[in-house]
Amino acid sequence: MLDIQNLHVRIAGKTIIDGLNLKVDAGQVAAIMGPNGSGKSTLSYVIAGRADYEVTEGSIKLDGVDLLDKTPAERAALGIFLSFQYPLEIPGVATMTFLKAALNAQRRARDEGEMSTPDFMKKVRAAAARLNISQDMLKRAVNLGFSGGEKKRMEILQMALLEPRFAILDEMDSGLDIDALRVCSEGVNALRSPERGLLVITHYQRLLDYIAPDVVHVMSAGKIVRSGGPELALELEKSGYADYASEAA
Amino acid sequence: MAAVQETVDKVKTLDVDAYKYGFFTDIASDKAPKGLNEGIVRFISAKKNEPEWLTNWRLDAYRRWLTMVEPNWARVHYPKIDYQDLYYYSAPKSAEGPRLLEDVDPELLRAYEKLGIPLREQEMLAGVQERRVAVDAVFDSVSVVTTFKAELAKAGVIFCPISEAVQTHPELVRKYLGAVVPVTDNYFATLNSAVFSDGSFVYVPPGVRCPMELSTYFRINEKNTGQFERTLIIADKGSYVSYLEGCTAPQRDENQLHAAVVELIALDDAEIKYSTVQNWYPGDANGKGGIYNFVTKRGDCRGARSKISWTQVETGSAITWKYPSCILRGDDSRGEFYSIAISNGYQQVDSGTKMLHLGANTSSRVISKGIAAGHSQNTYRGQISAHRKAINARNFTNCDSLLIGNKCGAHTVPYIEAKNSSALFEHEATTSKISDDQLFYVMQRGLSAEEATALIVNGFVRDVLQQLPMEFAVEAQKLIAISLEGSVG
Repeated sequence: MLDIQNLHVRIAGKTIIDGLNLKVDAGQVAAIMGPNGSGKSTLSYVIAGRADYEVTEGSIKLDGVDLLDKTPAERAALGIFLSFQYPLEIPGVATMTFLKAALNAQRRARDEGEMSTPDFMKKVRAAAARLNISQDMLKRAVNLGFSGGEKKRMEILQMALLEPRFAILDEMDSGLDIDALRVCSEGVNALRSPERGLLVITHYQRLLDYIAPDVVHVMSAGKIVRSGGPELALELEKSGYADYASEAA
Repeated sequence: MAAVQETVDKVKTLDVDAYKYGFFTDIASDKAPKGLNEGIVRFISAKKNEPEWLTNWRLDAYRRWLTMVEPNWARVHYPKIDYQDLYYYSAPKSAEGPRLLEDVDPELLRAYEKLGIPLREQEMLAGVQERRVAVDAVFDSVSVVTTFKAELAKAGVIFCPISEAVQTHPELVRKYLGAVVPVTDNYFATLNSAVFSDGSFVYVPPGVRCPMELSTYFRINEKNTGQFERTLIIADKGSYVSYLEGCTAPQRDENQLHAAVVELIALDDAEIKYSTVQNWYPGDANGKGGIYNFVTKRGDCRGARSKISWTQVETGSAITWKYPSCILRGDDSRGEFYSIAISNGYQQVDSGTKMLHLGANTSSRVISKGIAAGHSQNTYRGQISAHRKAINARNFTNCDSLLIGNKCGAHTVPYIEAKNSSALFEHEATTSKISDDQLFYVMQRGLSAEEATALIVNGFVRDVLQQLPMEFAVEAQKLIAISLEGSVG
């Protein structure tokens, strides 16, 4: 599934990712934990193809396809999905319009043809109901005036609709209260499947109580410094990240 | 003696003589020579078989124009126009144009396709002569126009070229022409008054609600109205009319200078809704060429409780200088201005409105959305004023600018003037930039950079798009996407 080899990334001349190797298999849920500034969010942006990041070395492949020379939209059509830590607001664009534009853009890119409006509506309504998202929210502008919890639920709704091959959840738990965390996690768990890979980025073990990972990686100063099973997360919760010093600023 | 006669004869054959005195009597000619003088003005008037009062009206305008100077207060820059190097009259072309759709500039067809314009309409817009029979059978323009005209006649609505109205309804034209934009108004309007080519005339009788949207689409066979268009719309007491000007298809024109005048008059309880989509050639990628669009549009809410609403989508032209305005003369009258102005490449836009509150309890609303991309400059210029007697005048202005990239500029220049203490004017303005974060977010969901920009911009202009008639709004939405092509890289 996802295979990252010897990745080096710079932004504005500064090295953020420094020789990172990571493999996530289909059906696997991998967690990446690490202190602030270790390069976790940068990793998610680079996988999704954000501009301004300079990849100086290494490769990122999804199912053997090199992603680095692809645009963000092309990567999305190949099945990369990123749930943003801070989802963006788009004034004047109804959420429903946005969802449909996204889904159909990906379907066109894959030569699948656009989804009919009735089919689309059915799909959105079903997914929205599972995430406690009201019809009214779908009519409002994308993320505009949404609470932190609403924004995160909307990210998971998008993931449910777009059915990505590989999804990255960047600090999904930030800004969520316990109830919202449960709803979002249930939404994510419903999307676990043998064909899909998931990368969960978080500071806290708490999230992993809800979304149980198969493997846990510790990231520090731009590389994976330790990997293990779910018990590694519990250990980190006790000892903190102090052992993985050389914390990048 | 013989020698003298010879000299006289020779002078007569000289071009200069013929130009100065002779040519304008030759009304069989299809084209006036370059330049502007009284002879040309008379020639145009004679060509249109105009009554003497109108010829004199034009001449009066021309003489005033000679004493005026070109305005330079707008935030636009262009090389000095040589008015003697322009043509002011050429007969509408009919038999020219491509024979088949296959002969049309492929770039133009690509644009039509993106706009989703039906094949039949594409042929019409491109001026194709031999139309496909099968398509014609469905959309026979002649029959459409005929049905359309019959229905209007039944309602008593007059809708025809202004040159025709001069002949058939001279009393109305004489009464209202120049009543809102006087001959002396401004340099370009005065020039238009002297040399206007043609345009639309609309009269809606008292109490009549015009049964359909009036569109220049139905005047397409009378196109080539030239660069000095003149439109006059009169809504009599208690009537209503909605008028659509222009079309979303890209329009090229060999004439660089366009100076149109539009006058609207709403009597008691009447309402006029005027919508424009302007997509003239904006010039090439380096800012060469392109239309100068120097337009004067003004509405007179003459009657009590009358209402005039302007909606515009401006995407074309190298330079736009345009301030559709309302004179709120009647008590309780209302003026509205909804605008989307998009500039890309090296386009320059200086556009806005004037709401002049004269009557009591008059109200106005201004919603302006300016989008600047590329190297363009986009200025909103608006004047809101309340006269001493405009008791309880109300205005709300919202003026938002959106920047795409970092080489363009957006400017807001509001003039607000209240001469009585009961007036209440509100002005809101924002300037924002499409952030890289926002773009990345949308692209991550599968949209290309251009699709993402178009989506965000369409959200930005939504309030104004909603004011457009439905089918127009859909086209305008696509047009916005096309206008912004190449703005992100």
